[in-house]
Amino acid sequence: MSALSRRSFLKTAGALGLGLHLPARAQAGRGEVNAWVMVLPNELVIIRYARSEMGQGSMTAAAQLVAEELDCDWKNVRVDYADSNEQLRRKGVWGPMSSSGSRTIRESHEVLRNAGAAAREMLVAAAAQGWGVAAAECRAAGGVIAHAPSGRRITYGRVAAAAAKLPVPKQVALKAQADWKLAGKPLARVDIPDMVTGRTRYGIDTQLPGMVYAAIAQCPVPGGRLKSLDEAAAARGRRGVLRVLPMGEFIAVIADNWWRAAQALRALKIEWDGGANASLSSAALRRELEQAFEPDTAASVVKSEGDVEKALAQAARVVEAEYATPFLAHAALEPPSCTAVVKDGQVDVWTSTQDAEATHAAAAAAAGVAPENVYVHRTPVGGAFGRRLAQDYTAQGVAIAKALNGIPVNLIWTREEDLQHDQYRPASLARLKAGIDEAGNPVVLQCRVAAPALKDLEATAALADQPYAIANLRIEHAVRNSAVPIGYWRGAAHSQNPFVRECFIDELANAAKRDPLDYRLGLLPATARERAVLEAAAKAAGWRTAPAQGLHRGIAVTEVRGSYTAAVAELSLREKKVELKRLVIALDPGRVVNPDNVVAQVQGGAAFALSALFWGEVTYKDGRVEQSSFADYRVLALAEMPPVEVLLVPSGGFWGGVGEAGGAAVAPAVANALFLAGGERIRSLPLKKAGFDLS
Amino acid sequence: MIRFTVNARPREVDVEPEMPLLWVLRDELDIKGPKYGCGVGQCGACTVLVDGEPARSCTLPLSKVAGRRVLTIEGLAQGERLHPVQQAWIDQQVPQCGYCQGGQILAAVALLRKHPSPSDRQIDEAMTNLCRCGTYARVRSAIRAAAKKKT
Repeated sequence: MSALSRRSFLKTAGALGLGLHLPARAQAGRGEVNAWVMVLPNELVIIRYARSEMGQGSMTAAAQLVAEELDCDWKNVRVDYADSNEQLRRKGVWGPMSSSGSRTIRESHEVLRNAGAAAREMLVAAAAQGWGVAAAECRAAGGVIAHAPSGRRITYGRVAAAAAKLPVPKQVALKAQADWKLAGKPLARVDIPDMVTGRTRYGIDTQLPGMVYAAIAQCPVPGGRLKSLDEAAAARGRRGVLRVLPMGEFIAVIADNWWRAAQALRALKIEWDGGANASLSSAALRRELEQAFEPDTAASVVKSEGDVEKALAQAARVVEAEYATPFLAHAALEPPSCTAVVKDGQVDVWTSTQDAEATHAAAAAAAGVAPENVYVHRTPVGGAFGRRLAQDYTAQGVAIAKALNGIPVNLIWTREEDLQHDQYRPASLARLKAGIDEAGNPVVLQCRVAAPALKDLEATAALADQPYAIANLRIEHAVRNSAVPIGYWRGAAHSQNPFVRECFIDELANAAKRDPLDYRLGLLPATARERAVLEAAAKAAGWRTAPAQGLHRGIAVTEVRGSYTAAVAELSLREKKVELKRLVIALDPGRVVNPDNVVAQVQGGAAFALSALFWGEVTYKDGRVEQSSFADYRVLALAEMPPVEVLLVPSGGFWGGVGEAGGAAVAPAVANALFLAGGERIRSLPLKKAGFDLS
Repeated sequence: MIRFTVNARPREVDVEPEMPLLWVLRDELDIKGPKYGCGVGQCGACTVLVDGEPARSCTLPLSKVAGRRVLTIEGLAQGERLHPVQQAWIDQQVPQCGYCQGGQILAAVALLRKHPSPSDRQIDEAMTNLCRCGTYARVRSAIRAAAKKKT
């Protein structure tokens, strides 16, 4: 690592305040017991964290799992990011670095616990060897190894160097959950103290000696190119402006201060060639989705059971509905940003990312250097929600840095660029048809979802794997790809399909004149994990007692990333003004590593879901996104946040994700309550389109 | 030259008078606590206190700050001693990503100076900073906890 980047790395990382921060590469061999655990002579325990921390709290939770098995003193624990360059050199020793799909704990729990247990065994073995006693006679607790027969004790820090030379045990015994002392406890997050003092430096806050700033304008039409640029107007006489760089799909203005760059950019006369998508519009995009329902249109059958046609023909009653969900922007509060230096065939990148390896690869490609010569300096992340899986801004930052040939540059997008150049949650259109029998129970469900192909099975999530006992099923995905760039948005299809399914189930319950809770419980198999969360939420919300005059309740349930959640919404309605009295949300993630953080994720997930439910919508006109700020892409404010009662009801035995589950049942619960409040069945989001607002 | 103080330290900068305070702090003085979130005063991530009053520094021209006292999140603690609002923020584990929280804390400090025991409505009116992670329930409880400690 160059002196320059090393120095600034220390400046950035030191601001993290997570204790000792050396580049991971320099750490190897100095007290590293294994890839995940380092113990220093002063007893500090450095636990490596490979995925990203963007507010979901899993940096702390992951460390809790390692520390639990390590049996160290939590006070001595510091957490440090694993390095993507070292990951490359050590052949992927840390496994996936991506934080997405609520998978940090869900998919890494075993690796993390094994790493802690293996390190503990090595430390104990090293102590036993030193004493010439059997390891089985030694016990470890709180970072101290004791040999009871002789009364000898030694700390982890004093045997770490010897332990590092021992072979890593192939098999280790993991603790039973009943024996957990750190995992499962509401420990304070390790990264919060620096956030409240302003010491935390996010990617956007990177400051390097001699650094310049870049503001960019991207072609407003997807796939369009620069047509003409009157460069002189911006550059001439503008203080601090250094360069104007036409880069094909975008133009960058380089200045000694970001505001100066942004001002100059605004003064540029730019003409874009929108190309094939110059007339892209929301109406046209909607028509493309509708075409998926024309006769003889192909669709892949994701799930097929029984005889759907026959069951529909024999049903006592058929209920049909069409549900629509819009494109959504992520709108993380830290705008896309990338700081980079490209010098002598080496690339150094500082950026807020959800996936350091993807950032690494994008930087190497953009600079045209071998991945071995790329260093990604990981920073705290100012919100992500799926947006920072895409590496468009990394590639731009590195391309600009390459053009500047050794000068460090900090690229920052405006909020307008962020909202108009996102990788959006795809819009979808679903048509459902169900047949109910004389008793009102569904005997058949047919559903076709028209949506882009984001990933296998994603478009029909929560539909193809719906939990209700319905004998005849056909769930189809009609792939409708458009010019709109799409990506993962917190919950992905679980941010829309539970709304579709749980509102439609409510329609069936209503057609059958049955209580929505009883109707669901009647259709859920006895083993379905949905039952317990439904019952917990219903009980806490007082479902069995009538709400006060003017109040209405709705309920919904769903699985999300291996967790189960149910929500009850209680609201009143006055002239389209919705007063959300409260939300009760139950969550069963199987095992809970940090209960306080899981509660925070549910509270935050509810807020995220409410923004989308009431106002979230990205629209196109003349090839361009129409929204440009929080004025027209509204997000929930504090005054609008309803009381949220969170019930954690972990049933043990499995590890569900918690970053996306908490909000997933909120939209259908609110929409179902709204139906009871006003008799209007909302099937198209957001609610503002039907004139509703939060009061 | 425009003179003002930041976190009790006198500063003198030679920039355009219309440059927003946010970019003077961030790019001229390397004070990165105030964040860029929207640039048009909607989100509040750039909140600082100017003579004790909360201000959205992304839309505040430096000319209007001449001779005044600016406090950023970095200047709130007395050395290692946290301000009660900061301590409440840790006790209640308020932040998620944390990006908006410096602004939230300064808005809360100003609110509590004006209303030591604020009503829910006063909290609603003062706390207009956006938080995309949805930490609002804990922002409210932390303000309540800090108010209790002070009174």
